[in-house]
Amino acid sequence: MSDLFRSTTVTISNPQGLHMRPAYLFVSTASKFESKIEVVKDDIRIDGKSVLDVLTLGATQGTKVSVEATGADAQNAIAALEDLVNSGFPANVDSAPASEPPGV
Amino acid sequence: MKFSDFVKTEAIKAELTASDKEAVIRELVTSLVETGQLGADDQESIVQAILKREELGSTGIGRGIAVPHTKHPSVDKPIGTVGISATGVDFQSLDGEQVQLFFMLISPPDQPNDHLRALENISKQLQDETFCRFLKQSRTSKDVQQILEEADNNQFVS
Repeated sequence: MSDLFRSTTVTISNPQGLHMRPAYLFVSTASKFESKIEVVKDDIRIDGKSVLDVLTLGATQGTKVSVEATGADAQNAIAALEDLVNSGFPANVDSAPASEPPGV
Repeated sequence: MKFSDFVKTEAIKAELTASDKEAVIRELVTSLVETGQLGADDQESIVQAILKREELGSTGIGRGIAVPHTKHPSVDKPIGTVGISATGVDFQSLDGEQVQLFFMLISPPDQPNDHLRALENISKQLQDETFCRFLKQSRTSKDVQQILEEADNNQFVS
């Protein structure tokens, strides 16, 4: 089975940015795939399967990042991660306590 | 953002006595209240907000590290402190390991970018194993303070 390479550029759209829970969601989605997942922001390249790594991006709303996948399931991985980022990390809003703003 | 921008050194607990998750959170919030960083009237509300956040998923990110946090309207800038547990505490971490190193962070709800900058700094420094090991070995608040200062001066992360 040969490795595929797929990439996409996404913009972080949720107002709270890529804080800890979106970072978890990103990593847990990325970890469902066998492909190596990397995220590139400017000159920083990090492991998309590490929460600590994703947090180091400090990606605020409006930040553009490239997501790169290398592996047999690269295409599906990119599609899933693109959906997740473009949806603004909806689980984040659903699970936030009602008395506090989303992203707490 | 540097540690000195949000970590309240007076509130550092180099020898946490708490032995469970809720007690650690209470011990660190109490320390911030006792050193005047948080209002006593807000203490319980902040503890509850942090516990509620933990229910959504542990902030124990693995390798013996946790970052319990919340956004709370009682603060107007990010306020943090550090706690070290010599024995380790079960924090329902991702990797199941006991947590020794706690970075607590309370941020204002309307400044998401500052919250991200603080998390960015914490996570960048925590990637350095020497930084983590030195902190876990610290037994006095002064030791912790010195390591944070060295980190602020980029002595761990290039």
